[in-house]
Amino acid sequence: MAILVVAEHDNETLKDATHKTVTAAAAMGGDIDILVAGKGVKDVMAQAAKIAGVRHVLAVDHESLRRQLAESMQEVIVPLMSEYDAVLAPDTTTHKNYMPRVAAMLDVMQISSITGVVDAKTFVRPIYAGNAMATVKSGDAKQVVTVRTTAFDAAGETGSADAKTLADPSGPFKSEYVGEELSESDRPELTAAKIVVSGGRGVGSAENFAIIEKLADKLGAAVGASRAAVDAGYVPNDYQVGQTGKAVAPELYMAIGISGAIQHLAGMKDSKVIVAINKDEEAPIFQVADYGLVADLFKAVPELEAAL
Amino acid sequence: MKVLIPVKRVLDYNVKARVKADQSGVDLANVKMSMNPFDEISVEQAVRLQEAGTATETIVVSIGPAKAQETIRTALAMGMDRGIHVQTDDDLEPLAVAKILKALVESEAIDLVIAGKQAIDGDNGATGSMLAAMLGWPQGTFANSMEFGGDSLTVKREVDGGLQTVKLSLPAVVTTDLRLNEPRYASLPNIMKAKKKPIDAKTPADFGVDTAPRITTVKVTEPEARSAGVKVEDVPALVAALKTEGVI
Repeated sequence: MAILVVAEHDNETLKDATHKTVTAAAAMGGDIDILVAGKGVKDVMAQAAKIAGVRHVLAVDHESLRRQLAESMQEVIVPLMSEYDAVLAPDTTTHKNYMPRVAAMLDVMQISSITGVVDAKTFVRPIYAGNAMATVKSGDAKQVVTVRTTAFDAAGETGSADAKTLADPSGPFKSEYVGEELSESDRPELTAAKIVVSGGRGVGSAENFAIIEKLADKLGAAVGASRAAVDAGYVPNDYQVGQTGKAVAPELYMAIGISGAIQHLAGMKDSKVIVAINKDEEAPIFQVADYGLVADLFKAVPELEAAL
Repeated sequence: MKVLIPVKRVLDYNVKARVKADQSGVDLANVKMSMNPFDEISVEQAVRLQEAGTATETIVVSIGPAKAQETIRTALAMGMDRGIHVQTDDDLEPLAVAKILKALVESEAIDLVIAGKQAIDGDNGATGSMLAAMLGWPQGTFANSMEFGGDSLTVKREVDGGLQTVKLSLPAVVTTDLRLNEPRYASLPNIMKAKKKPIDAKTPADFGVDTAPRITTVKVTEPEARSAGVKVEDVPALVAALKTEGVI
């Protein structure tokens, strides 16, 4: 059995999500190759070759892959699949975008956002916003799987796989990259941070969110938010933690002014230690919090920041 | 431009899913069902395109049991033109749904499909992109905004780092994210009018596609419960607890 893992990277740095996806692939058993698709990915190839348990690193280095747009990724991966029994990718927005296209072209039902591997064809995945866990068995000849990386440990870097560059994808493609507005931040990445400080509707305004950010900076933490805070325009969409946003599992998750809707809990309940600060002692967030503080966040958060 | 909107009837957003005791699935007997929230956003977008004169006809399709008709009526009451109900009691997988939608896109000569980015029951997030691939169309997933210009469509997408803008040639598939629009409530006169709008009755067999399931559900269980911890008195007590845990 041979498994292709698609690397998460920004053309310069290989992301931890790749190492975690390799761990999921290893649990399925078989030879693991990593695909690095991008532009100018020499460094990423070298980093991927170090991941423990990897057989080969394959790279496709082409301008059309700089942003890993859906059609070009499909074009690269589908032909490769004649050599593989399964393809796995992290369930970040980059891979969620094209993996169903790969599945459709292979006439395979995709298995999305797995949190566990039972065997090479059987997986555990959350459904209904994480309110139920389904164990599902694929009857397809090949598996197309996206991986909820917070559920897997990162593979080590003791490997020394060989790396080679494959042929460019053909085109032309019917979509083109126009631009991006990325959130500029010196803070750690939300999904990889050891500490996440999140604010919810209780924070009240975009201006007030500064106290959440100040606390996060004191802790060297990433800043997250509930859907309510994003919808209200306090913070950009990419801050959203929850079933339809990002799943996080840091060492410490602080939910501030967040009531704890099930959709939010689905995105953070695997955190090691959860702290909730909310003035409503009946808030559902307290049912999952290791430490709850019933308090006015505008008093408690500055006090906490000062005490650290 | 002819627009097709697929909608799914799912467990209502505000109802907590309960796992059945025999682990065969989630209990859907006697619970409130509604249109998938992402599909409501798709319907709203279609109606706005019609109001703006961009869409010439808006068609809503639902693949599901007899009661999926109610979901179609909801979309018609929001302002869509006509419905297609593909009746089946099987819970079809996204792959099968995409195959039926592909057949419909071809027979109805559709120019634009707007689908929800995921249904909140299966949480697969696959149908829209699968359909785009099967049709050989470009896609703009997780749409935050859409702007038409001649024969192209510019979509601002919600991605992990922020927003990404892509330009698609038409025809195309778009999948909706939460911030694309705020769906309207249907007014009473529109609900009455919707009762007279046509709904075509179909079955999966009419499309000649293989809808056999590829995935077997072995079991469905409750997620691991996380027990409530302790309430701390004040900030110093919280800081002390976190230091003991070794997380700060």
